[in-house]
Amino acid sequence: MSGGYVLQQLINGMILGSLYAMIAVGFSMIYGIVRLINFAHGDILMVGAFTALALLTVLGLPLWSVILSVLTLCAILAMAIDLVAFRPQRSAPQVNGFITSLGVAILMQNLGVLLLTGQPRPFNLPPWVKGNLDVLGARMTVLDLMIVILTVVVMAGLVLFVRRSRLGMAMRATAENPLAASLMGIRVNRAIATAFALGGALAGLAGMLWAGRAGQIDPLMGFLPGLKAFVAAVIGGVGSLPGAVLGGFVLGFAEVLFVGLLPPLYGAYRDAFVFGLLILILLVMPNGLLGRSQEERA
Amino acid sequence: MLTLEGLDVWRGPSQVLRGIDLQVRAGEIVALLGTNGAGKTSTLLTISGQLRPRAGRSTLEIDGRRHDLAKLDPAAIVGLGVAHCPEGRQVFGGMTVLENLRLGAYLRDAAGVPADLEAMFGLFPILAERRSGLAGQLSGGEQMMLAIARALMSRPRLLLLDEPSLGLAPQLVEQIFTTIEEIRANGTTVLLVEQNAALALELADRAYVLESGAVHLEGQASSLAADPRVREAYLGLGPTAVEAVL
Amino acid sequence: MSVERHHLAWALLALAAVAITAYGEAYLSGYGRTVLGFAGIYAILAVSLSFSNGLTGLFSLGHPAFMMVGGYIAAILTFPVSRKGFMLPDLPAWLATAELSLLPATLAGGLTAALVAVVVGFPVLRLRGHYLAVATLGLIIVLRVVVNNADGLTRGALGLNGIPRLTNLWWILLWLAITLLVCWRLKHSSVGRSLMAIRENEMAAACMGVARARSKLVAFALGAFFAGVAGALWAHLLTNLTPNSFDLALAFMLVVMVVIGGSGSLTGAIIAAVAIMLLREFLRPLEQTMNAYGLVQIIIAVLLIGTLLLRPQGFFGSAEPRWLRLGKTVREPEGSAAADPRHRRATAPADN
Repeated sequence: MSGGYVLQQLINGMILGSLYAMIAVGFSMIYGIVRLINFAHGDILMVGAFTALALLTVLGLPLWSVILSVLTLCAILAMAIDLVAFRPQRSAPQVNGFITSLGVAILMQNLGVLLLTGQPRPFNLPPWVKGNLDVLGARMTVLDLMIVILTVVVMAGLVLFVRRSRLGMAMRATAENPLAASLMGIRVNRAIATAFALGGALAGLAGMLWAGRAGQIDPLMGFLPGLKAFVAAVIGGVGSLPGAVLGGFVLGFAEVLFVGLLPPLYGAYRDAFVFGLLILILLVMPNGLLGRSQEERA
Repeated sequence: MLTLEGLDVWRGPSQVLRGIDLQVRAGEIVALLGTNGAGKTSTLLTISGQLRPRAGRSTLEIDGRRHDLAKLDPAAIVGLGVAHCPEGRQVFGGMTVLENLRLGAYLRDAAGVPADLEAMFGLFPILAERRSGLAGQLSGGEQMMLAIARALMSRPRLLLLDEPSLGLAPQLVEQIFTTIEEIRANGTTVLLVEQNAALALELADRAYVLESGAVHLEGQASSLAADPRVREAYLGLGPTAVEAVL
Repeated sequence: MSVERHHLAWALLALAAVAITAYGEAYLSGYGRTVLGFAGIYAILAVSLSFSNGLTGLFSLGHPAFMMVGGYIAAILTFPVSRKGFMLPDLPAWLATAELSLLPATLAGGLTAALVAVVVGFPVLRLRGHYLAVATLGLIIVLRVVVNNADGLTRGALGLNGIPRLTNLWWILLWLAITLLVCWRLKHSSVGRSLMAIRENEMAAACMGVARARSKLVAFALGAFFAGVAGALWAHLLTNLTPNSFDLALAFMLVVMVVIGGSGSLTGAIIAAVAIMLLREFLRPLEQTMNAYGLVQIIIAVLLIGTLLLRPQGFFGSAEPRWLRLGKTVREPEGSAAADPRHRRATAPADN
């Protein structure tokens, strides 16, 4: 096993980890503020990817404007889902929200199948994005580099936003204690909607980047990444943003190394490995790497 | 300043307030007494917009203008100058003392905030020491001070205080009550919910006694403190209390 | 209503079920019998899921995994020895030479599923509601990957076909009756009450000395047993099995039945299972002729979300209809519907 091969695997792990981190952060943020395991989070990836496909191929827009449109549309979609499906059930038991999100996920997937058919479609980004770069003998594409840089930039921006901005403070206060936040004059539902919007935008962006790497998209594409983002969030500690990022990278590296360093025979067991890891983590350290103790809210 | 007329409030399937009539005049300290479940906290939650009345009116009069609180959302009520310091302190445990105080001033523009922070640190010096520590790591008494200071950061005209003495050592309770007196002296009207009826009646100008969600007794604090029914049921004095022990 | 009349209601229902089964076996086409059979199998699944989810308040999505276990075990056991040699070359000798009839194979399938549930449940049941849900969903994915890759035992993604069609409506009726009887008796027994206690307040139940870990495990394993049985019946009704039949969509379908029926209500689960099954079969041709694939799932998803928004306790709450409760059994506590946490909606903080 050469050093170059290991480096290549590490780079692959970083790229996959970046994507997981981007999805997991939104997922974790929503859990942190409303204690909702949002199954439909992954399906926003699919919407982001199909939106990007339509804007790129049908309208022929330049890449930067496609990214902006995807971010906006997915943010609005996530807020709309919250408004219609989750907000009316805020004080219902947690499990109801969870089941609802399962329903929303199935609804989105099948709307996709109904409107777009289940057939995979090719997804091509402009050729320059697929160009190869040479990193110390390992290879990555411009897209891969974009993924890593975007993740770093977006995460830094998000941390600044949540720690420093007024709305970010409001979100943290709401996550801590919604009643007390409301008594401070914070519009709780607005803070929650912000979390959904940010999470949705990130998921949409991740979907577009994910599709760019995969080269094809279909209406069910978001399900597995969504579930894996949950695993990443659990590894890091659900509700903790740095934890979600860390968990995303841990999962990305673990998955790539599992496939890359074990004999090819085991490659097929990749997803089994991921969920085996999930169950293990839940049992050994249910609060994850960086999470605080998870008390069910009264 | 505050007038409640015939408030009926429900929480889920059960009625918690039955036709509450209550008045708080500017500059007063009014105490709300009663046993657990009498409806004291629900009254405060209704005033601050967390619970919606099914019937009745809740009116706030500020600077000669009347506002129907039942039509406003909680944020707007805070904006009018009503701060609610909730039961059980409810500080943001994972955030620093300073962040908690800043959140108290959430709806204000930033200009006056540094001066008010200093004022709070003057009122509660211990908070200045702990300013960058997490609120969750403060002692119960310190959390109570933080909760009051956080409420004051909105520069309220009317402060709703829910059980400030709950679970605190007697010495601390006395300190908190002295602070409430100071708060009133600085021009803030106070509506105080309290289990410790003796202390509350000592501090307050007037008081209401709630029972099963309705106003049972009301009057000047001094005359209520002398009322045999209050002495018996809430102050644990009076002749029948002795009989009950026997 | 007197005890006699409750018994009468039960007797009439049982008679109706027998009549439908007899009619189905005698007059219906192969397709008709399959549809009716699936309605029954879904009823078994919904009742057992309702039993373990509803009574413990734990939310498992793992039923398809247990069905997969039960289905494959039973199918391997009944598979003709003559074909095992070349289709499933990796079977150990004692399996390769065995050819059982349906009943022992079904029991073996159910017991293996229960065993898997105990092994998985022992650690996983310590988790809270939604963690358990994702962990059990993970179990589906893990088992699917395993079945897909164990070609020599299961024919992998190709699926196992040519399973003898041993399941008939009588078998399904029998197992439905057993499932219902066992779950009903347990729900109204002291074990059932301790499970209900867990649902209402885990801490309080623990303080009252309810051995909660064991109760949960019993409910989980029993649910898995019946899911395994249903999987076995399914395999021998459909005559083929592929790992991909046991997916999220199936888990979702079962959840919908339990939620719409009312979690914890066995009657509600049966009615919802049959209704949704029939709805799906009526709409399926529409999907095909209009080329509108996904429509059925969309309708069902909307039904689910609508139910949760408008009637979150489901159509039967956690109770059974009054006219079916036998005099001797323990009655639901009065006003249990009002105490159900699912009703705590009106206290939401008002906010814009």
